[in-house]
Amino acid sequence: MNKEGPTSLERFIGGILPENPIYRQILGMCPTLAVTNSMEGAMTMAGAVMFVLVCSNILISLIRHLLKPHLRILVFTLTIATFVTIADRFLAAYMYDMSKQLGPYIPLIIVNCVIIARCEICASKQGVFTAISDAVGQSLGFGLGLASIATVREILGFGTWFGQWLGWRVIPVTAPEHWSTWVVMILPPGAFITLGLLMGAVNWIAESRSRKVA
Amino acid sequence: MSYLASIFVLAVTTALINNMVLHYFVGICPFIGVSRKVDMAFGMGAAVTFVVSVAAALSWTMTYFVLSPGAPLTAWIWRMVNPSSTAVVDLSILNYIVYIFVIASAVQLVEMYVRKFFPALYKAFGVFLPLITTNCLILFVCLEIMKHIAGATGPDAWGLDKALIYAVFAGLGFMLAIVIMAGIREELDHCDVPKPLKGPGITLIIAGILALAFMGFTGMDNNLLKLMQKDAPAANENAVSQHQSPITDN
Repeated sequence: MNKEGPTSLERFIGGILPENPIYRQILGMCPTLAVTNSMEGAMTMAGAVMFVLVCSNILISLIRHLLKPHLRILVFTLTIATFVTIADRFLAAYMYDMSKQLGPYIPLIIVNCVIIARCEICASKQGVFTAISDAVGQSLGFGLGLASIATVREILGFGTWFGQWLGWRVIPVTAPEHWSTWVVMILPPGAFITLGLLMGAVNWIAESRSRKVA
Repeated sequence: MSYLASIFVLAVTTALINNMVLHYFVGICPFIGVSRKVDMAFGMGAAVTFVVSVAAALSWTMTYFVLSPGAPLTAWIWRMVNPSSTAVVDLSILNYIVYIFVIASAVQLVEMYVRKFFPALYKAFGVFLPLITTNCLILFVCLEIMKHIAGATGPDAWGLDKALIYAVFAGLGFMLAIVIMAGIREELDHCDVPKPLKGPGITLIIAGILALAFMGFTGMDNNLLKLMQKDAPAANENAVSQHQSPITDN
């Protein structure tokens, strides 16, 4: 338990790009695919994940010396379930439409592997401050991943970006006959194909960069 | 519509039209992680189907008798404690915590039972059984069942029977998707995939194409419902005319 892990700054930076939860660790795929047909939904999901991840990382880090190894995972999931209930009730009270749109995917944060993995890898081994910066970094990385997929899907599928909030159409409708939106990008197949291609692109960039360094 | 017909439509809808993996995106982690070999995929699908049925039965019971607003058991205990109260007791804020607890214990129970009575099966399942606790599919099915108990009316309100049918066919739909995927990936080993797309990238793209194929089932539920609601002779007539049409074309 006293083993020194990476410092808090390394944890923070690591979560955003080098160990990005979506592209590098391939965790938390369900919300990644399900809520990214609009930027708005993706950002709400990222916010909810950030809240749950930060809170549960703090709590787990505080009680890490009391944890028994064989009950560890159960304690993690029950802690996460508590904070997810809070987030779910909050969304239902203040952002009712969003809560309806995201539907079961908010409670499904409980079984989001990103959060359990962070509790296991970082919070149950290191101090509170490191745990917080790790949680913020990881959830920023998660949000970044969601945003990249949602940008592609919303622009191609609806022609808008942040549609209902900013009212900003990326693809103008002045000449609708020249452009028709790709409905398939909003539907399930679009999610799979977009994520697959983006993952290929990220791997390609990472590979060519490491080749340049070497 | 008869009871049997409604069950049939529910089963087809759950397994094919709203396939868990390809329509709701739940259970993606094992779908990508454990779909390298067909026999492993089959084992995973069987384990998930098994656990989801047990978890669905448990969570239906918990929701119906304890958690939903005005549930009988909770109400009875509340009356015992203070007989003068007329409040409707609602424990649904505890839903998620109870579900995750139920799932974790269901996985434990299934694991112990299988290890004691079916050692061969236990060996075949191996590491998959404990992993199922964090499978989104199980929690998703519990949440769907919750939605069909609290505040649902008419055919939307599920009894234990419909909840179980839903759970079993959700599991079977998952098994179908993951076995198809494993079959494709076994063939893919002989293909020249671009290096950055190897592994999860190409798997996701194939899943997208599979999802496109499964979208072909969309709307089948409405047609099925129409077919079921017609009188039996009319349905037969319809089938006969469909059979004859190629002949007349010739």
